[in-house]
Amino acid sequence: MASVNLRNVSKRYGDNPEVMRDINLDIQDGEFVVFVGPSGCGKSTLLRMIAGLEDISGGDLLIGDDRMNTVPPAKRGIAMVFQSYALYPHMSLYDNMAFGLKLAGKSKSEIDAAVRKAASILHIDHLLDRKPKALSGGQRQRVAIGRAITREPKVFLFDEPLSNLDAALRVKMRLEFSRLHQDLKTTMIYVTHDQVEAMTLADKIVVLSAGRIEQVGSPKTLYHHPANRFVAGFIGSPKMNFIDGTVSAIDAETVTVQINNGGLQQVCVAARGIQPGDKVCIGVRPEYLQLDSDHPVIKATVSTVEGLGDFSYIYAASASAEEPLISRIPDTLEVADGSQIGFSIKPHHCHLFDSQGEAMPRTTPPTQH
Amino acid sequence: MNSPTREALPAVDSGRPHAASTARHARKSVWTQRWLLSPAVISLLLWSVVPLLMTIYFSVTRYNLLSPDESGFVGLDNYRFLWSDPSFLPSIANTLLLTGSVLLISVVGGVLLAVLFDQEFFGRGIARLLVIAPFFVMPTVSALIWKNMLLHPVYGLLAAAMHALGLQPVDWLGQYPMFSIIMIVSWQWLPFAFLILLTAIQSLDPEQKEAAQIDGAGPFSMFFYIVLPHLKRAIGVVVMIETIFLLSIFAEIYTTTAGGPGTATTTLSFLIYSMGLQQFDVGMASTGGILAVVLANIVSVFLVRMLASNLKGENEQ
Repeated sequence: MASVNLRNVSKRYGDNPEVMRDINLDIQDGEFVVFVGPSGCGKSTLLRMIAGLEDISGGDLLIGDDRMNTVPPAKRGIAMVFQSYALYPHMSLYDNMAFGLKLAGKSKSEIDAAVRKAASILHIDHLLDRKPKALSGGQRQRVAIGRAITREPKVFLFDEPLSNLDAALRVKMRLEFSRLHQDLKTTMIYVTHDQVEAMTLADKIVVLSAGRIEQVGSPKTLYHHPANRFVAGFIGSPKMNFIDGTVSAIDAETVTVQINNGGLQQVCVAARGIQPGDKVCIGVRPEYLQLDSDHPVIKATVSTVEGLGDFSYIYAASASAEEPLISRIPDTLEVADGSQIGFSIKPHHCHLFDSQGEAMPRTTPPTQH
Repeated sequence: MNSPTREALPAVDSGRPHAASTARHARKSVWTQRWLLSPAVISLLLWSVVPLLMTIYFSVTRYNLLSPDESGFVGLDNYRFLWSDPSFLPSIANTLLLTGSVLLISVVGGVLLAVLFDQEFFGRGIARLLVIAPFFVMPTVSALIWKNMLLHPVYGLLAAAMHALGLQPVDWLGQYPMFSIIMIVSWQWLPFAFLILLTAIQSLDPEQKEAAQIDGAGPFSMFFYIVLPHLKRAIGVVVMIETIFLLSIFAEIYTTTAGGPGTATTTLSFLIYSMGLQQFDVGMASTGGILAVVLANIVSVFLVRMLASNLKGENEQ
């Protein structure tokens, strides 16, 4: 087991400008860290740099106390599970799992013990003499994990391990990952583009965008206190609503915003570097954007209603926001397509972003209703 | 053009509800299938079975164009004569030696070249094209080039090179005829093996290599544990296709050594040519032809045994 530390790590291909730079990240021993971000944000590249499959162009990578920049992958004390599983098709499952140990020159009995142990953890003991092609996707994924476990790594690396599985299996394997982490208590780094996986598995989420770390924090922190507009929009599904406006008044605990083509909205945040007259953006999650025909601050026209059974999502076009507003309402409310509706928001449910997209710190605990 | 549609539609409609008429319909469609297949099957019969039967017939007949008056059924005499022909056994041995050596050279060389050309390097595209080029040269042309421009003891490039080093030039086709033929044929077939194996090597999942890298595989373990097993099927295909063509190599021998000196480079296919078109003995040539078929079948039985499990492999089970 070991911690992983990245110090000013950067990546460039050839003489091109850096695609990643100033990556600073501390991963504690035994932590489950998830890298999440849109495709092309560099999350897989970062993982592959930790694995040693990509060169590190600058900065230091420390696993435990050792600088690992130039150490070959096999000597870094890591094990990796690939998206395509990358099992060796011509070897039995046993040999797949034993391969690394065999190359390391371990004795037959040691290998056997390690393979049997990993197989029993993953409940694949009965499949050991089969070839990978005889297995289902979920079983292959287990073998790939088993191959990682037999190496007894200090750090597990998972590169989108569930994206090739169907939805039901994905939920099941997600639970297994969390169980595995509780059992093994090893440091794990997990890359995904699926924020549900990120939210449910992680002790700590790292949100990346365009080769930069946008924010690092616990799932709750990221959800309730996003550091900027990108993280606010990326975490949470459906997306957070962004409503444009102008600062009209500021006091110690609140900011009052004049919503474009709408009313005045109080927001419970501490003003940082904004003045009355500045353009800002209010963020509010769909569950907190409430239908209100008596005192609406925003007016909108319903374009679509999605009924999901226990509740419905309203998509409504508004002059106050660039993208359609999304509101979650109980399914008992009937809203017709094309009808005019009004929304109001409680001040402590609002996020506020300045024109650069940076968030103002919220002054009220978000859990209060 | 309309009539088949008009006939077919009512048949389907009326056929559905009753099991009996469905069966009749199925029987009818089996005959339709056979009828539709028949042009292909019949032309195949004409192309392969008729010549085979005629060859078998000629092989038990006295049929020499130099003495057309002596003809008729002779039983297995032709086979006995061929067996006692001093060039027969050497020709079988030569055929197997040529086929085996070229297979070995092209597969081993092809795998190594494929691994080499799978690496990134400057000018890889052009280099690949050059490696494949010999395969596009016609067999007679390449044999002539080898004979007159490369191996010739007086004008040849190799002779010039040996002169330059102060060595005595070698008369390759005279002193090492079989070796020279193997060299020429390998030169032609190595690119084929290379091409197939390169495409196979490129289909290797890069994540598999990376997984092996993390498992601690160095270049040699990577080659023997990951790359070579992945190439197994492609190697099987190369061996199969090349064997079929190599058993009947003729043009290279005809243009360079004409089977000589003596019987040093006489293969079975060259022996058949020499009996049929040099000695004008159609009966004996047909006998040789039948034996060539037998030889090809023996080889293919071994090949199929060796490769069958391998070829059906991976995707099934």
